[in-house]
Amino acid sequence: MNFRDRLAYAFTALRGARLRSGLMLLAMAIGVAAVVVLSALGEGARRYVVGEFSSLGTHLLIVLPGRNETTGGAPPLVSETPRDLSLEDAEALKRSRHVRLVAPINVGAATVSWGGRERDGVIMGASHEIYEVRHFTMAQGSFLPPGDVHHPQPVAVLGARLKRELFGVEPALGARIRIGDRRFRVIGVLQEQGQSLGMNTDDLAIIPVTAAQSLFNVNSLFRILVEAQSREAIEPARRHVIATLKARHDGEEDVTVITQESVLATFDRILGALTMTVAGIAAISLVVAGVLIMNVMLVAVAQRTAEIGLLKALGAPARAIQRLFLTEAALLSLLGATIGLAIGQASTAVLRHLYPKLPFGAPLWAIAAAILVALGTGLAFGVLPARRAARLDPVQALAKR
Amino acid sequence: MIQLQGIERVFDVGGQQVHALREINLRIGRGDYISIMGPSGSGKSTLLNIIGLLDRPSAGHYLFEQRDITALSDNEQAQVRRERIGFVFQFFHLIPRLTAAENIELPLLLSGVPAAQRHDKVMRTLSAYGLAERAHHRPEQLSGGQRQRVAIGRATIIEPGLLLADEPTGNLDRASGHEVVEILEQLNAHGITLVVVTHDPELGQRARRRLRMVDGAIVEDTGYGA
Repeated sequence: MNFRDRLAYAFTALRGARLRSGLMLLAMAIGVAAVVVLSALGEGARRYVVGEFSSLGTHLLIVLPGRNETTGGAPPLVSETPRDLSLEDAEALKRSRHVRLVAPINVGAATVSWGGRERDGVIMGASHEIYEVRHFTMAQGSFLPPGDVHHPQPVAVLGARLKRELFGVEPALGARIRIGDRRFRVIGVLQEQGQSLGMNTDDLAIIPVTAAQSLFNVNSLFRILVEAQSREAIEPARRHVIATLKARHDGEEDVTVITQESVLATFDRILGALTMTVAGIAAISLVVAGVLIMNVMLVAVAQRTAEIGLLKALGAPARAIQRLFLTEAALLSLLGATIGLAIGQASTAVLRHLYPKLPFGAPLWAIAAAILVALGTGLAFGVLPARRAARLDPVQALAKR
Repeated sequence: MIQLQGIERVFDVGGQQVHALREINLRIGRGDYISIMGPSGSGKSTLLNIIGLLDRPSAGHYLFEQRDITALSDNEQAQVRRERIGFVFQFFHLIPRLTAAENIELPLLLSGVPAAQRHDKVMRTLSAYGLAERAHHRPEQLSGGQRQRVAIGRATIIEPGLLLADEPTGNLDRASGHEVVEILEQLNAHGITLVVVTHDPELGQRARRRLRMVDGAIVEDTGYGA
């Protein structure tokens, strides 16, 4: 019996038992669709986070006060109270050929009000440099002007939503708003950006960093963003930052420097593992589908005993009968996998449509793995029924009507 | 064509040995027309199964066209069935989801005959048995006589040397039974060796050579030329 004939025969056999074949297809399709959708979700989350980090700016170093790393050995004899990061620290960091930009940041919450309307906003104290580091774009007006940070102008840049909620359709440029107990003039509105690493820039009000320090009555900085000259300059820049701050903080290394790449790699790893786990869990449903296929194939063998007896009487060797049933199992799992793939891709497309910000999409390896696992379980669980069919005694099989 | 020497068939039923065939010695020549009769349980179907290579004897030798069949492996036996032996059953054993043409085509499919050749042969067989208009009907849409004609078509499409029929008319009314018998006898007249197992004395009497079995042994054999 050649391959094409066997395929055709298996196909008529499957069509002959529609309900049974339909159920098996459904089980297989659900399994494959689950793998595709779940891995698409995981992959979407991963790509989203990676994308967010990239939008933070390339070659970025984030300097935080305090040390997060645990070191071995005895506890320090002298207590290490981390010193705060200061504006002077930030200025000192600029003095390296590896560093392109330094952007000090301060963050706090305050009430923003205009013309009787008020709203709680996140206030970010920053300098002109943040504009480039964070890849902001302006919808209207201009960003904080460059210049002496120690003599700030009372100006503010608003996030898109904050502007909308305070001003509605009225023009905001030039308006005088109140942040906390101080007055600021609106000089620009940011382009809508949405969520960016837990901080929604649409809700921000950005004011000069020294203005923020006096508003919140602090001398410290929340963190300092440092952009290196190039990818290669990240490491020397990191060493420069640590050395400079150590020198400035009485020889104590009391800051943490996170490179964007290391954060990115960590998130990439965590979310990649998450995707694998989720896909693995979904793959269990494929195995369940395989068990179902075995069950249904066993029923098929029992129901088609007479047919198997006849095939034997007509001179089909045991091997041919085994192959026939395996072909049926393979055909079922392949068809089921194809349908599942279509369902999975369609659901992913719907998800993408519903949440356009999240780049959902099943990775190629997940699709390939789903189809292979489907085919593998179909065949593996098809072996037992196929062998049972091949071993039937033709006389007894024919005696059964 | 066929030579059975000292064939025994013992079944083990619940720990008890049941002799279905005892000491069967039989020679069947090419082109013979033989009927095997006898009461239920006399072993006639078992004998037919052994002749048709569906069952193996517990003892004795079976020569089929000068080959010792009992020494062959299952796959080799399957090949002999595929190429040399046709079966006709009481309950037709057509595959319900396949059309008449597809049922007839089945042995060619198993032998790996290319599709183009298959089509011609199937068409010729269909019209030879007056089934040309029923080619695309499924068994459930056919009468009993038509079903048995499809089964005969399936058994003969490989042009076997031996045709084995187990109660071929047992499930048919008189008219279609008669029709089927005539077809079988025509095939025999064209040279096929025909062995019919039956309860029906009228059918049995038509054969040139008649065997009667009781308790697994041949008790009466009209012999050649009777």
